[in-house]
Amino acid sequence: MQWRHKDLLDLDTLTAEEIRHIIKTAQPMKEILSRPMKKLPTLRGKNVVLLFYESSTRTRTSFETAAKILGADTTNFSVAVSSVNKGESLLDTAKTLQAMNVDLVIVRHSSSGAAEFLANVLEAGVINGGDGQHAHPTQALLDFYTLQEKLGGFEGKKIVIVGDILHSRVARSNVLGLKKLGADVTLVGPPTLLPDEMKYLGVKLSYDLDKELPGADAVMALRLQLERQQSGLFPSIREYSKLYGLSLERLKKTGKKTIVMHPGPMNRGVEIMSDLADSVQSVIEEQVTNGVAVRMALIYLLIGGGTGNVVD
Amino acid sequence: MEGIPKNRIMDEDGIRRAISRISHEIVEKNKGTKDLLLIGIRTRGVPLAERIQKRIAEFEKVTLPLGLLDITLYRDDLSTIDVQPVLHETRVPFSIEGKTVILVDDVLFTGRTARAALDALIDLGRPQKIQLAVLIDRGHRELPIRADYVGKNVPTSRREIVSVCLQETDGRDEVLLLEKKS
Repeated sequence: MQWRHKDLLDLDTLTAEEIRHIIKTAQPMKEILSRPMKKLPTLRGKNVVLLFYESSTRTRTSFETAAKILGADTTNFSVAVSSVNKGESLLDTAKTLQAMNVDLVIVRHSSSGAAEFLANVLEAGVINGGDGQHAHPTQALLDFYTLQEKLGGFEGKKIVIVGDILHSRVARSNVLGLKKLGADVTLVGPPTLLPDEMKYLGVKLSYDLDKELPGADAVMALRLQLERQQSGLFPSIREYSKLYGLSLERLKKTGKKTIVMHPGPMNRGVEIMSDLADSVQSVIEEQVTNGVAVRMALIYLLIGGGTGNVVD
Repeated sequence: MEGIPKNRIMDEDGIRRAISRISHEIVEKNKGTKDLLLIGIRTRGVPLAERIQKRIAEFEKVTLPLGLLDITLYRDDLSTIDVQPVLHETRVPFSIEGKTVILVDDVLFTGRTARAALDALIDLGRPQKIQLAVLIDRGHRELPIRADYVGKNVPTSRREIVSVCLQETDGRDEVLLLEKKS
């Protein structure tokens, strides 16, 4: 299968086959991560810019590590020290990057659609590292990689995603991809954080976590985005935790050897209890490792040559 | 690889005998099997390496460790080729430090694959020696590289294609010389 895209903005433009191709390409990348000498000559001379308008630890370092292992140079463009503070628009910033002949831009922005805007004005490839409440495709892809590795596939697997669905770009991208891959997805959260529109993708919505756990192959806890909460969406963090927080005890209700995922950073004691987060069922640390492998695969697919097939 | 068949360079027996001879030469040249490792270059170097491993096991009663090497990420033409190569896994589940590595490939042509394989290998560790075994050497080297063990030397023109078919990957054993379609 041949890669046809210049950018990765969300999973809606990818076919199931393309998602599987990314997962397959990430497998050899993971082997490289286990080597004592983690450096390849593949993307020597390519320049990858990390344009982060929102704070991020793991996504940015994960992309940076991935690009560096592949041999590319990375330039960090963090808002605190850039001209953005002097009032430069996203368009002007894009033009500046274009003038510097960069090959790939990884962008995170608080406005939904920022990545697409950049992709339209830049000749360089663009990877969406999270835009507003819209999409976070690389997080979803690393989740798929982890699920593939742990569950051996998606067809008929029951995946429960629980938490603040409303504010979660991770949940949206996950749902898009998981449906394409044939998984059975249930979204769980309090009514105020679980928008009815999510139904359009053909997923099940539920307000009762305990009712949905039986039979679940994987449970994904989302971070309660405390910084994005307006008042009044739920009575208290304590009540939220009691109804939707995952613990070792609660997970027994699945009646299976269920794996537990979390995109990080975790609010321990809120959406996930420490006993579970640090248990053998938790694959949270592995998600981080897989994240580097998946991002290496994406960077390779986007700028690792073979431009003859790019159509968009 | 598209082309018009011109000539059959090797048949099943020819390939079997060549593998057998190479296997003996490897053991003879290295005075035994101590510290020897086999690494097949994907795709067709892998079944060839497996056959050498099996043959050596038959007459020396020693099964050499066998690894697989994917050289895609070490190619020097990634930025210029039209079709992006599909990545496969490198699997070398043992240390190559201080060992004698026998790299195995089907055809030695420009030498660029062997160059990439050398780089890929050295990123995994520092072997004492690296030797190269190929089923067909067809000439036209673009780099100062030569094979230590050759199944058959085949003088070719650049307009020709050497197509190695193996049971494991293609369902039959033979080596064909094809003329490129113009």
